[in-house]
Amino acid sequence: MIQVRLWGSLLSLTDGQETVEVEARTLGGVLRELVRIHPALKPQIDRGVSFAVDGTIIRDDWLHPVAPDQEVFLIPYMTGG
Amino acid sequence: MAFERYQKTDFKVVGTRPRRPDGIDKVTGKALYGADATAPGMLVGRILRSPHAHARILRLDTSRAERLSGVKAIVTHADFADPGDDFTRDIRDNLLARDKVLYDGHGVVAVAALDAETAAAALKLIEVEYAPLPHVTDVDKAMRPGAPVVQEGRSNETVPAGLSQNVTGFWEFGHGDAEAGFAKADRIVERSFRTEATHQGYIEPHACLASMGSDGRAELWCCTQGQFMVRTVCAAILGIEASHLRVTASEIGGGFGGKTTVFIEPIALALSRKSGKPVKMVMKRAEVFRATGPTCSSSIDVKIGMTRDGRITAGTANLRYQGGAFPCETASFGAQAAFAAYDMPAVRTRAWNVLTNRPKEAAYRAPGAPMAVYAVESVVDELAKTLDLDPLEVRLTNAARKGTKSSYGPTFPDIGLVATLEAAKAHPHYTAPLGPNQARGLSCGFWFNFGGNTCVSLNVNSDGTIGVTEGNPDIGGSRASISMMAAEELGVPLDKVRTVITDTNSLGYNDVTDGSRVTFAVGLATIEAARAAKKKMCRRVSRLWEIDEEAVTWKDGCVVPAGPNAGDHPPMSLAEIAAIADNTGGPIAGHHETNADGAGVSFGVHICDVEVDSETGAVKVVRYTVFQDAGKAVHPDYVEGQMQGGAAQGIGWALNEEYVYGEDGRLQNPGFLDYRVPVASDLPPIETVILEIANPGHPYGVRGVGETPIVPPLAALSNAVSQAVGVRMTHLPMSPPRVLAAFPSGSAARTAR
Repeated sequence: MIQVRLWGSLLSLTDGQETVEVEARTLGGVLRELVRIHPALKPQIDRGVSFAVDGTIIRDDWLHPVAPDQEVFLIPYMTGG
Repeated sequence: MAFERYQKTDFKVVGTRPRRPDGIDKVTGKALYGADATAPGMLVGRILRSPHAHARILRLDTSRAERLSGVKAIVTHADFADPGDDFTRDIRDNLLARDKVLYDGHGVVAVAALDAETAAAALKLIEVEYAPLPHVTDVDKAMRPGAPVVQEGRSNETVPAGLSQNVTGFWEFGHGDAEAGFAKADRIVERSFRTEATHQGYIEPHACLASMGSDGRAELWCCTQGQFMVRTVCAAILGIEASHLRVTASEIGGGFGGKTTVFIEPIALALSRKSGKPVKMVMKRAEVFRATGPTCSSSIDVKIGMTRDGRITAGTANLRYQGGAFPCETASFGAQAAFAAYDMPAVRTRAWNVLTNRPKEAAYRAPGAPMAVYAVESVVDELAKTLDLDPLEVRLTNAARKGTKSSYGPTFPDIGLVATLEAAKAHPHYTAPLGPNQARGLSCGFWFNFGGNTCVSLNVNSDGTIGVTEGNPDIGGSRASISMMAAEELGVPLDKVRTVITDTNSLGYNDVTDGSRVTFAVGLATIEAARAAKKKMCRRVSRLWEIDEEAVTWKDGCVVPAGPNAGDHPPMSLAEIAAIADNTGGPIAGHHETNADGAGVSFGVHICDVEVDSETGAVKVVRYTVFQDAGKAVHPDYVEGQMQGGAAQGIGWALNEEYVYGEDGRLQNPGFLDYRVPVASDLPPIETVILEIANPGHPYGVRGVGETPIVPPLAALSNAVSQAVGVRMTHLPMSPPRVLAAFPSGSAARTAR
């Protein structure tokens, strides 16, 4: 199981759950499972999110593999200037 | 996808300082910018803009303008398609207003005419009847229930109840028990700060030339940070397929994030579609200020607790950002970046985005981070001073490092903040004596960096030269860096490599030039493309020598036998292999496409000395030094240029630059005379210290450098000026009137340190 940590303001959409356990092997799978478990997250995920996997920021890569021993954070969609 | 970890250290080309490849074109005027394109039969496009901060459009009558001789097309919002998503819909609605104008300068209707005079005359013949509405331009006022509502129904699902509809987004980050942390503190400082909106200040205004034929196929030339983004957005707004629009990026005269969206391109295309003629549009400077993206202004509360030996026990920040009349998420980056430099047992940041009757915000170098870090670094500085601690030592005591749980959640891998602080501490600047009325300030800064979608082709020409084709406009020297990495990888002299930036029909999608991503991600893809080409060349030579492919290897620009059993073959150079390409399988090329990760976060530390005139309030920057972990500096001149440029822009933000709005909600200073950016005579030589801590996520250890340098200057300047004035400065910019007003009554500037 992947433990996905959410940022604080999303907790109002997950009944206060800060860490969501999902069965997935890729970041795309993580997104799919997050929406299945907490449908209220869908609008935010549709607007865009990024991940930090073991501290590395990953954007738009659904095929990026994830493993249970990795630290996975959902973070806002990353942009820059 | 994951790439080879960092491995190379014995560089021959990377790390040198060759002459810039675009220099001659730029200084001789040969380089073609957005406004330099022309086409036979070209029309001139102009936009009529709102004189109101907020008004309903009751009636729009273009009939008199249409009858004016020389007017060939007029477009309004009705000429656009529905892109189908809020993000692009907002870009569309920012081009030309829908049913109401949302800010002073909001486009209403556009005209294409035979010449500029006719277009200007046509704009005067357009009748627009407005019903002015109450407006709001201040972020705190816009948050209050009862404030004029800029757009209804735009709040996202996380916004708490009870706030104005202007609040469109809310974000919260952090960990630990802040109250418990504050209870352990020997000293707590809580302050509120304000920063004003600043413009990216690029010298080249937005410009484009659009041509759409009767077959629906279009060509677009424009100055942009991302031609592929322009294609995607324009195709959606015009309702055409992406393959019907080819976008070519011009040379670019500055962007800094402000050219990561569109302001005129879909309008020019719509005018061209309607008129059947090419249409050129060039924004006037006042239009650039009134209608293109400044950064957010902000109102921020920070509270930090510290023990008497300088350990931070807890910190909180509430950040309220306004990004104009359309939703944006810049505040979320401020909330994530605010405390990123520190290892904290308890931290909590909350951020709100608020709509106001101002132009739609656009990205600006490390968007959202400078103002948040300014507020936090100001309070850290104040705590250090009140506890009689060295401000740099306090930062070292609390510095984030490998294994630190960051303030925005993830655990940091290897990062360079401590090394950067140590370099600052050891630098002569930090202990240099100060003169009368002078003071010193410092600040840390942070930015995320990322990689993103990238596609590169590399061709080995028959004469042994190399052509690299990439898709990201060069805003900071990337062509040089890309060529250098290709030369390094292939073992050929740099002057054998030429890198060009191509149009949207010639490569797969490339994300815009932002996020400090290009030297990292395009460089990475270039290295991989070169490796693909090398592999092909090795295979061909092995077949020429009639030995196994595994029996050859690449060394110093040549294919050589891999060992004694491979036979006695003289090295075959890239040029020799290229010369016989026709006879060994045809053209030789390498290609790579990726969504790159592994960019690695970036930290910097800035030290500045200022001299404050207590009679006028003028602040002069007398010395400035930038320290930054750049990873491997591919072309150190450009890295230093990024560090100096970020510092210069940050100095402008800290001291002079601001959007000034009148009571009528109209922008008072839409020009460089009244909106003052620093000029060369305002600045001292900006010293730079590059720390080359290899990024493990890149084969050469490269790390993005372009954005972090604008983060620390705001607080570094404010900490210095606060010391000189003897009062904590809490409002940027610290323009002379604000500094003068801050001096305690009857006091003079004090000598600091």
